[in-house]
Amino acid sequence: MFDMQPCEKPDAPFVADAYAASAARTVTRMGRVTVTEGRIGDDWAALLIRVRDDRDEAAFAALFRHFAPRVKGFLMKSGASAALAEDCAQDVMAVLWNKAHLFDPARASVATWVFTIARNRRIDALRKARRPEPEDLPWGPEAEPDQQAALEMQQDTERLGEAIARLPEKQRVLIERAYFGDLSHTEIAAETGLPLGTIKSRIRLALERLRHKMG
Amino acid sequence: MTMTIKHHISDALLMGYAAGQLPEAFSLVVATHLSLCDDCRARFAGYEAVGGAVMECAGAVAMSEHSLAATMARIRSAPAPVSRDAPRRMGIFPAPLAAMVGGGPEAVKWRSIGMGVRQAILPTENGARARLLHIAAGQKVPDHGHRGMELTLVLQGAFRDETDRFGPGDLEIADEDLHHQPIAEAGEDCICLAATDAPLRFNGLAARLAQPFLRI
Ligand SMILES: [Zn+2]
Repeated sequence: MFDMQPCEKPDAPFVADAYAASAARTVTRMGRVTVTEGRIGDDWAALLIRVRDDRDEAAFAALFRHFAPRVKGFLMKSGASAALAEDCAQDVMAVLWNKAHLFDPARASVATWVFTIARNRRIDALRKARRPEPEDLPWGPEAEPDQQAALEMQQDTERLGEAIARLPEKQRVLIERAYFGDLSHTEIAAETGLPLGTIKSRIRLALERLRHKMG
Repeated sequence: MTMTIKHHISDALLMGYAAGQLPEAFSLVVATHLSLCDDCRARFAGYEAVGGAVMECAGAVAMSEHSLAATMARIRSAPAPVSRDAPRRMGIFPAPLAAMVGGGPEAVKWRSIGMGVRQAILPTENGARARLLHIAAGQKVPDHGHRGMELTLVLQGAFRDETDRFGPGDLEIADEDLHHQPIAEAGEDCICLAATDAPLRFNGLAARLAQPFLRI
């Protein structure tokens, strides 16, 4: 069940056909993420921003083609039947459409954000349990869009994926089992040695700026 | 928010919460601490990112042929999602706790369990139990050990035990190795949110006899 391959480079850059011609001028309306030619790390974020700001169905289709099969695979590894996983994956993608306004590329990569939606759907559907959530913070869109922060967050997340792929097999499998819901809370050991420090510092700084603004 | 927190959520609990694997009572304690502690919130972002990376690499399974059209139809036919007001902090209760209690500290229905201690059991699902504890300033809690894990988050006042002092925002994680007798500091009454995944083990005979009635 847990015989997956180590992750290779995240998918090749995917630019929906409709955008291939205009990839170089994709500054979003809010100006938060720019896809510059040759940079592919933030493509998913740029597509999701188009869904968020323009309700762009072609951008949504591109996200769907990449993420829906991964959500389905994730849910099946978590014990869902193919039919339930298919149904839940469609739900997860519908949530992505409906809650796109909550996505902030400076705080999470698209993969991370989709994972949290899939996880919550799994808790509902498979465990039929509830999960209290931390207090919402008034992050809000920043007056000065921080494209650099967004780009760096996407890169940190890519590096994290590469680091997981390089872990010794046994350790990698344990991490995967924890996230597939195959370990109970008493069985989870978090001595991962993964480079979580950069993501942590980035979020910590963003929180400090936010607290400063609120204070 | 400006409180100085010394005792934080362990990596294992943060990962369990990010993976969605904690019983509701433990999730409540973790979510309440995260609401008070930016350090843990930032560490938590790292563990959610691990989830994203795991999902990205876990292997894709092809969706059914018309799944995209079906999803678009789902989006169009569903009523626009109502944006509910996010639950709010009520006094010393951060939002997730206020939502569970249905209000702030004044909404809690305390029951005295004797010895200067009052408690209120919270309606979490089976598997682990959460309760609020109100310990009079200067009061000792009966000497006890643990069969499983006990999380205790201080919301007001402070307590000390054999290991350290725990003030507002601090989380004590006790396991089977810890045998302790917490005592509330003089001054303000101590209010804590506690969760256990197995009944506590009391040493005094009186407390042991009372245990079935206390439901702790
Ligand atoms: Zn903390």
